[in-house]
Amino acid sequence: MNTKTILLILAVILLAVVPLFLNPGSEFGGADGEAEGVILAVAPDYQPWFQPLWSPPGGETESLLFALQAALGAGLIGYYFGLKRGAKTA
Amino acid sequence: MKRKNLFNALWLVLALVLMNLGVAYAKPAQMHIMEGFLPVGWAIFWFVVAIPFWVLGFRRLRRTVTEKPETRLLLGMTGAFAFILSALKIPSVTGSSSHPTGTGLGAILFGPLEMSILGTIVLLFQAILLAHGGLTTLGANAFSMAIAGPLVAFGVWKLLKGRTSDSVAVFSAAALANLVTYVVTSVQLALAYPDPVGGFIASFLKFGAIFAVTQVPLAISEGILTVLVVNALKGLNVPELKTLGIQGAKS
Repeated sequence: MNTKTILLILAVILLAVVPLFLNPGSEFGGADGEAEGVILAVAPDYQPWFQPLWSPPGGETESLLFALQAALGAGLIGYYFGLKRGAKTA
Repeated sequence: MKRKNLFNALWLVLALVLMNLGVAYAKPAQMHIMEGFLPVGWAIFWFVVAIPFWVLGFRRLRRTVTEKPETRLLLGMTGAFAFILSALKIPSVTGSSSHPTGTGLGAILFGPLEMSILGTIVLLFQAILLAHGGLTTLGANAFSMAIAGPLVAFGVWKLLKGRTSDSVAVFSAAALANLVTYVVTSVQLALAYPDPVGGFIASFLKFGAIFAVTQVPLAISEGILTVLVVNALKGLNVPELKTLGIQGAKS
């Protein structure tokens, strides 16, 4: 791993960590809820005409799926680069 | 050979599913307009706009997979990239969180039409399984994330490729695709919900303020992460890059 790569990774980490200190009181919720608020402010009488067919039961199930997702995605990317590296040195 | 193809196909399916789950579970998926939140006329309008891209995209994707079967695993990796990125709900300067889209990489490596299909499958699974985005808003969400974003990424990449370093070109393409996705969503919402006083412009500025500002640092992150992956591909001199017409691989 060269210096440039390490610096780029550091930049990504800083971009995520610095906001935490810029907004000490915030819970960093999703911006989609805010958009919903604006819609209701602009069109207070609007009734959504279709409901989601299914949604996850709660936060724990959701965090399980998040962890699973990150693990599987990282696994596949690791597999790809491992395979290509092996093919290169073979 | 046949077994190898089957294996690659399995990876592709897995990657697509993963990609879908990825975006789907990313809770603050604010680039997606919620189920039922677009009036019927606008919902239909965006479907009509998206359908030609889907038809062309499906043809392109099928051709790529049959003519360049060796790129299937890379296609899967591209999916996994979008999958992980969309799981990263990153804090932003505004005090809310958002996530990258991950569509820039696929648009650069494969093309915007191919990405229109991959992105739409993501949105579809997400709408069905996770109550993020929606079936009625699929046309609009596909246009912003799976069509407009990748088109911008592809355009910027083609424009800058060879004129500057590849890293700068990839960064600009991926970061701008991310930003454009959110700008388009703001336009779509403002068209459907013009401000009673200030009209479209006032409404666009309201939605844009929520989305775009939060999104700037994330767009930068997405640009950097995409550069890291492309650099890694080039560092290994992956042969698929040449197949896809991406030159200048440094060994």
